[in-house]
Amino acid sequence: MRTRVRGAPSMQDEMKRGLGWSGSLVGEALGREQPGLWQRIHLDAPLLVALLALCGFGLMVLFSASDQDLAAVQRQLARLAVAFVLMIGVAQVPPARLRSWSPSLYGVGVIVLIAVLVVGDVGKGAQRWLDLGVVRFQPSELLKLAVPMMLSWLLSARALPPKLAWVGLSALLTLIPVVLIARQPDLGTALLVASAGMMVLFIAGVGWRVIGALAVAVASLTPLVWLGMHDYQRARVLTFLNPESDPLGAGYHIIQSKIAIGSGGLDGKGWLNGTQSHLEFLPERNTDFIFAVIGEELGFTGILVLLAIYLFIILRGLVIAAESRDRYGRLLAGGLTLVFFVYVFVNTGMVIGLLPVVGVPLPLISYGGTSMVTLMVGFGMIMGVHTHGRRGRA
Amino acid sequence: MLEPNLQDGKREARLVAVRATIAAGLVILALSLVAVRLVHLQVDQHNHFSVLSTDNRVKLQPLPPSRGLIYDARGVLLADNHPSFSLEITIEKVGDPHATIDALARLITIEGEDRERFERQMRRRARFQGVPIRLNLTPAEVARFAVDAHRFPGVDIRAELVRTYPLGADTAHVLGYVGRINEQELTRIDGSSYAGSQFIGKGGVEKAHEALLHGQVGYQQVEVNARGRVIRTLESRPPISGEDLHLYLDVALQHAARDALGQERGAVVAIDPRNGGVLALVSTPTFDPNLFVEGIGQDDYQALLNSPDKPLFNRAVRGQYPPGSTIKPFVALAGLAAGVTTPERPTYCPGYFSLPGHSHRFRCWRRGGHGAQNLEQAVVQSCDVYFYDLANRMGIERLSGFLSQFGFGALTGIDVAGELSGLMPSPEWKQRVRQELWYPGETLIVGIGQGSFLATPLQLATATAAVANHGHFIQPRVARAAQAPGQPLAQSLPLVSRPIEVGNAHHWDRLIDAMAGVVEGERGTARRIRSPDYRIAGKTGTSQVFSLGQGQTYNAKTIPKDLQDHALFVAFAPVEDPRIALAVIVEHGGSGGATAAPVARRILDAYLGGSTVLSEAGGEHAD
Repeated sequence: MRTRVRGAPSMQDEMKRGLGWSGSLVGEALGREQPGLWQRIHLDAPLLVALLALCGFGLMVLFSASDQDLAAVQRQLARLAVAFVLMIGVAQVPPARLRSWSPSLYGVGVIVLIAVLVVGDVGKGAQRWLDLGVVRFQPSELLKLAVPMMLSWLLSARALPPKLAWVGLSALLTLIPVVLIARQPDLGTALLVASAGMMVLFIAGVGWRVIGALAVAVASLTPLVWLGMHDYQRARVLTFLNPESDPLGAGYHIIQSKIAIGSGGLDGKGWLNGTQSHLEFLPERNTDFIFAVIGEELGFTGILVLLAIYLFIILRGLVIAAESRDRYGRLLAGGLTLVFFVYVFVNTGMVIGLLPVVGVPLPLISYGGTSMVTLMVGFGMIMGVHTHGRRGRA
Repeated sequence: MLEPNLQDGKREARLVAVRATIAAGLVILALSLVAVRLVHLQVDQHNHFSVLSTDNRVKLQPLPPSRGLIYDARGVLLADNHPSFSLEITIEKVGDPHATIDALARLITIEGEDRERFERQMRRRARFQGVPIRLNLTPAEVARFAVDAHRFPGVDIRAELVRTYPLGADTAHVLGYVGRINEQELTRIDGSSYAGSQFIGKGGVEKAHEALLHGQVGYQQVEVNARGRVIRTLESRPPISGEDLHLYLDVALQHAARDALGQERGAVVAIDPRNGGVLALVSTPTFDPNLFVEGIGQDDYQALLNSPDKPLFNRAVRGQYPPGSTIKPFVALAGLAAGVTTPERPTYCPGYFSLPGHSHRFRCWRRGGHGAQNLEQAVVQSCDVYFYDLANRMGIERLSGFLSQFGFGALTGIDVAGELSGLMPSPEWKQRVRQELWYPGETLIVGIGQGSFLATPLQLATATAAVANHGHFIQPRVARAAQAPGQPLAQSLPLVSRPIEVGNAHHWDRLIDAMAGVVEGERGTARRIRSPDYRIAGKTGTSQVFSLGQGQTYNAKTIPKDLQDHALFVAFAPVEDPRIALAVIVEHGGSGGATAAPVARRILDAYLGGSTVLSEAGGEHAD
């Protein structure tokens, strides 16, 4: 049976037909058969090239956004190197082993989250960091991986689509860390972790009615969320609804970022020439608002290039998920890919004023280490899913 | 792995593939949404945001011009700009301004008054605009702060040019002073041309010539960062300094006039009759204008305001007094011009005058009367009856009409801000203001310069100058010329003059002879001040502060000082070729001949050269 599946070219054809990519250029690039070398080192060449391109683009933008601070670029480069090494390392782990680690990783993650709430270090007005003496790390990052792993583990034990009971359990397993993270309070990460759970359920083929019911449940919880919010979080939502109401306070971020992007026009003001960013009108320009720097300096053209790279990475991740032969791999690869998309959408949506200001970085571009490491480890898992088990396993 | 059979495996694979496809579709949709939004921002609204972006970074900073300087007739600097250092706090850059002030107070002196002013100005400031906490830092304080400046980010020393008046009180009333622009002035001035200017003329020449002195504002376009710091200058248009003013004023004479008045309350206006130039304009007591430039302290201000001497009151242009007998030469001229009298026509003075059919006696200052008086005698001895009779025969319409030609009852148009017009009574005026009919008796009172008739010392001096130059009424001017920056020569300011017709040019000579007789004649009321060096023509006057009832006598010894008569004197010299005409008033000084005329003599001596030795004769009370 396995031999049949492995050897069957019809399977791939069928899938391509299903995706409707057959014969298209994108289809060729995304679905091409891997050469043996890549298979052996467990990396996916299209994804790797796209990630390298993205990181290169990011370093270039960071050089400008940081006011040509070479030291900052070097630190980011060092982090990227570490993240790539970790990605390559994780890619070597067969999905079956990842699957077996999932419950314990999830357990550890939730325990650490509780620990953070109890003895957490206060950073930027929120308890997010756990100081381990040598390393300070943000345990909520761990959950961005642990939650999709846990759900994939849970749902892959049975046939898809999952029955309602398992969907409920999955929702609960997602909700626990989400609530813990939201109480830190870290709205952005809570949103990403919650979306990770939902994305896995979506890929798992949960029925539309259940999805609808979940959506209604989330909507009915909104007033509660509002009540549980800190003042600064409420201000952000209100500001999103009407940024001009407080142009020097909470609305300042959005107004300045829209000015930066809008003044960039089609071609941008040129690399290193963004006035909004270099004259410091644009806040958080190295981190959450770096997208506005791209819009200002490289214009609509530059942003399209960036969005194209993102789209390529996401589509490639979805193809890997669809092509995967084991259920855990499908769910994990699909879930992680879609979380990556949520990153992109929430950040860009925030910077261009489509969504409220939520502390989500632009993935692999924003300055900072933690999310980058998590993301690259995730891509390592996706590559592992794609490259392991192709040649069969007992 | 765990697939139960191939069919299920296929079905699951298809399910996941379908979901992945849907996901891909949604991703493309979402990113398209982002792209559409970007097109909206970057293409549709690009121009709008470009403007906002430029507004953000480019600030137009006004460069205030430096105010024109003021020089006297001999080039003595009367108004200067000197650099002054103030300490400013930018609230946005310091966390807690009060903690900063407390820390600064350990370094330099900061009074409660400074803190109050700071609090006041803090509430009205613009974003990133510095608020001064201390003005007028001494060089030692500047140095002390500079050493510790690194501890005070957001606290800066600012240098600005501040007006100073080197002669201080001597020129206070004529120059006026500048001060910080207040709310009321803000509504009056053109906001853009005063952008960046801190000061504006508040009075005197400073206010009257504000347009010349202020100059034109310059601009620089600077690129600033979000904290308001200037990164670079993009473009600049330098300011054009105000024009320097060269005055007719002679500070030596100005000072002499102030000295001559001494401790008295009074005023002196001296005019060159050849061109209307104001040689001296003094009002005493005076004040130090430098106190007002940076904002006077509350205590100092109250002291000046509450002083019974009213030092802030500019008596020379705002003091309105009955001109008394100093009006008589002009009334005499009016009679000659109207043809109701001749120089020789005598009038008999029995010591009083009554209107036909009335019993009321209008008394002459000399109880026993002057006997028969012709015009010259009447002027020299200041016979009231002569002028009652003259005024009565001329009638008020002709009298006030003629006197108006000398500027009485109207603003002279001098370039010293704030002058008042005095009052030239007429039936029309009385009907309009009091809704009453004119009584013939009032005409007599106008004829001797009493009653409702009011004139300022400036008006008297201007009118006297018009006599000295034989009938050219020249608008008095303090500023002679203005010199634009970079110009080698000063441009003369225009003269405004009009002739006064008296019918026969000899009338001027007859009148001037009469006025010379006031000083030179045996019975002249100002014979004390006769000078061996040059000839003076003048007229004494006494202006009543209160009226005596019928049958009462005036006794200076029994009347309190502030009810005593004002002493006046108008004069010009030398008689043959007048170079100076002046009016002197000494408030509550008693009689003009005794008090005001000697003041005038000292001033004339200072200007024409001569030592002031007064003869003893003529010291008695006389008008």
